[in-house]
Amino acid sequence: MYEQIVIAGFGGQGVLFAGKILAYMGMDTGKELSWLPSYGPEMRGGTCNCSVIIADTQIGSPVIQRPDALIVMNKPSLEKFVDAVKPGGVIVLDSSLIDTKVERDDVTVVYIPAMQIAESAGAGTLGNMVMAGAYMKAREDMYNIEDLYRSVREHTPAKRAGLAEKNIELLKAGYEYKQC
Amino acid sequence: MEKIFERPHSLSDFVLSYCPGCTHGVINRLVAEVVDEMGLEGSTIGVCPVGCSVTAYNFFEFDMQEAAHGRAPAVATGIKRVHPDKLVFTYQGDGDLAAIGTAETIHSAARAENISIIFVNNTIYGMTGGQMAPTSLIDQVTQTTPFGRKVENQGYPIHVSEMVSTLKGACYVERVSVDSVPNIRKTKAAIRKAFECQMAGKGFSLVEVLSSCPTNWGMSPVEALERIRTEMMPEFPLGVYKDCTETGGVR
Amino acid sequence: MAKVLMKGNEALAEAAMRCGCRFFFGYPITPQTELAAYMAKKMQKNGGTFLQAESEVAAINMVYGAAGAGARVMTSSSSPGISLKQEGISYIAGADLPCLVVNIVRGGPGLGGIQPAQSDYFQATKGGGHGDYHLLVFAPSSVQELADMTSRAFDKADEYRMPAMIMGDGMLGQMMEPVEFKDPIDPATLPEKPWATTGTGMKRKKNIINSLYLTPEELENLCIEREKRYDKIRETEALYEEIQTEDADVIIAAYGTIARVAMSAVEAARAKGIKAGLIRPITLWPFPEKVFAKRAETAKCFLSVEMSMGQMVEDVRLSVNGKKPVYFYGRTGGMVPEQDAIVAEIEKCLKNS
Repeated sequence: MYEQIVIAGFGGQGVLFAGKILAYMGMDTGKELSWLPSYGPEMRGGTCNCSVIIADTQIGSPVIQRPDALIVMNKPSLEKFVDAVKPGGVIVLDSSLIDTKVERDDVTVVYIPAMQIAESAGAGTLGNMVMAGAYMKAREDMYNIEDLYRSVREHTPAKRAGLAEKNIELLKAGYEYKQC
Repeated sequence: MEKIFERPHSLSDFVLSYCPGCTHGVINRLVAEVVDEMGLEGSTIGVCPVGCSVTAYNFFEFDMQEAAHGRAPAVATGIKRVHPDKLVFTYQGDGDLAAIGTAETIHSAARAENISIIFVNNTIYGMTGGQMAPTSLIDQVTQTTPFGRKVENQGYPIHVSEMVSTLKGACYVERVSVDSVPNIRKTKAAIRKAFECQMAGKGFSLVEVLSSCPTNWGMSPVEALERIRTEMMPEFPLGVYKDCTETGGVR
Repeated sequence: MAKVLMKGNEALAEAAMRCGCRFFFGYPITPQTELAAYMAKKMQKNGGTFLQAESEVAAINMVYGAAGAGARVMTSSSSPGISLKQEGISYIAGADLPCLVVNIVRGGPGLGGIQPAQSDYFQATKGGGHGDYHLLVFAPSSVQELADMTSRAFDKADEYRMPAMIMGDGMLGQMMEPVEFKDPIDPATLPEKPWATTGTGMKRKKNIINSLYLTPEELENLCIEREKRYDKIRETEALYEEIQTEDADVIIAAYGTIARVAMSAVEAARAKGIKAGLIRPITLWPFPEKVFAKRAETAKCFLSVEMSMGQMVEDVRLSVNGKKPVYFYGRTGGMVPEQDAIVAEIEKCLKNS
């Protein structure tokens, strides 16, 4: 496998953290991986993205030109990246934050109201986890969701174990979400 | 025959490169005497500047580093952090310390860096041939102020001891002079106090020494010493500007 | 020890402490921020000194003092800050002091930008400061290599008594990859530096750290002696990686993170039936001249790909020495060459040669 994932949204939505847990899962399952954030003054409030590559072979460019997967949490980011996604790729889109549809028929699109799901679970800031869970479902042929749960637990400091479980609850909500 | 007077061990037999009548040599010697008397010859690291004392690493007989222009306090900081138990001092002129190196001077004092600075103020750039210094007096004629230093063009001289003494990190600041024997004795006492302040871990010390430059002032050595008294001292009054050595220091 | 996921900037800081560096003097600048922040957090626990200086100028002179006092010492900055440090670096080279300077390069000239760039190649490899001197310049392309090169840079700096530089770009500093560290060493076990100013202890003659020599003959002799050392380094210390160059018609020259984009471009070109290869210099000084000269016998042309307006390309041309055409493709100002664009350039080069 050579999975190139772009996660994009506004600063503060947990874009970088969502990428980080996928990276940890990659590392813990013995894959090659890289995690590259966009950085700069636009990181606070402006658009923000990170590129994660999980692969069986050595990783070339850490910069992703054509993602296999796009996890997107705001409209400007969708507009920026939608055409770059490889044909046959997957787009996971927070439909509670983005009111448009993807006008491409060569990619799989998962519409999930991640923000709403997170809010109704009393964790409005964890839409990123719902999105990551939905991505894991879309790529269930590639990953085992239990590996992600394990990595989240393992890399959360013991004193924040409660937070890890909350993250996992939202990951699960995203993973088990049925698109209507 | 009994030897009743000799060169301090901390001073080498290298011929000093200072001009005849210049008081740098006196100040070099005072530093060496104090190091000897404190028994620190083997545990002293000095830093010399760019200026007339640029080759002072040849004159002192202990470990020395030569710093870039103005950077001696930064170099001394690096040394002191590696060897906190050693005596680390800089020996700097007015151009080095109060022009290009002002930031390093102020910030090493503000950090309460446990080093000592021997600051030689002769109101002129000596080595480069007598240009205006940050401490040059109003109306002082130099190569770059041929009609005298004028307020409207070059502003005012900097008062280093006064300025540094406003910083909480400075433990001991005194201005002295080497124009006369009594003042030379006071200068030696001040240098000793600064080094003792450091060895007791009390923090930053600076001794400003009013010094002469007969060559670039265009005076005889005796006239030059007179100028220290008549022109420099009114602008740069002697005295202790800060002393926290009795109260445990500033660290 | 197990692999950990870390940003390049942090991995460098951790690697430096593990190989015995206990003194860091720096001044804040993007995008090397995490390096200093990590040092600030960890150095004291390690019994070392982290000091935020009043300027880059002061920081590099603190490095001079500490290096002259015998310590394993470093500073880090980014392009505009590295320009400010050049005077100090020249003095450090002139006084034959070992130290590590890290440049996490951003776009320039002037204040430039804060996005990744490689436009400080000339500054790093052709002097930077005044006088006849060189730095050992390492240009790692992954977080693991960054960690490995850190201890190598310190060791080689000590061995040759000269400053070393690690040149990364903002991307390498900011990206996270798994990294495995060597076991920490005790600084007390590092080789002794009998030339350092540590206080004579009345047991030896005084040591002087200095770069001033007023007698021309003396200064020339020192420069000649230093050049002999540089020649030995040119002969023995050049590092590089070759990828698919054996049968390559077009060989890309690229270093740092861009070498990884180039590697992907080589694969994409091969998939199209183009025989492409890559030489990745790992040391920029000494430049791995010989491998370029060797491959000039078999390749049809070379293409230097950089995040600059064309700097390393000059060294590639000198090494290829007119035998084959050497082309250049670059983006600058924080723009990163894309894989497709590099493939297109490969095709163009082949057509032209």
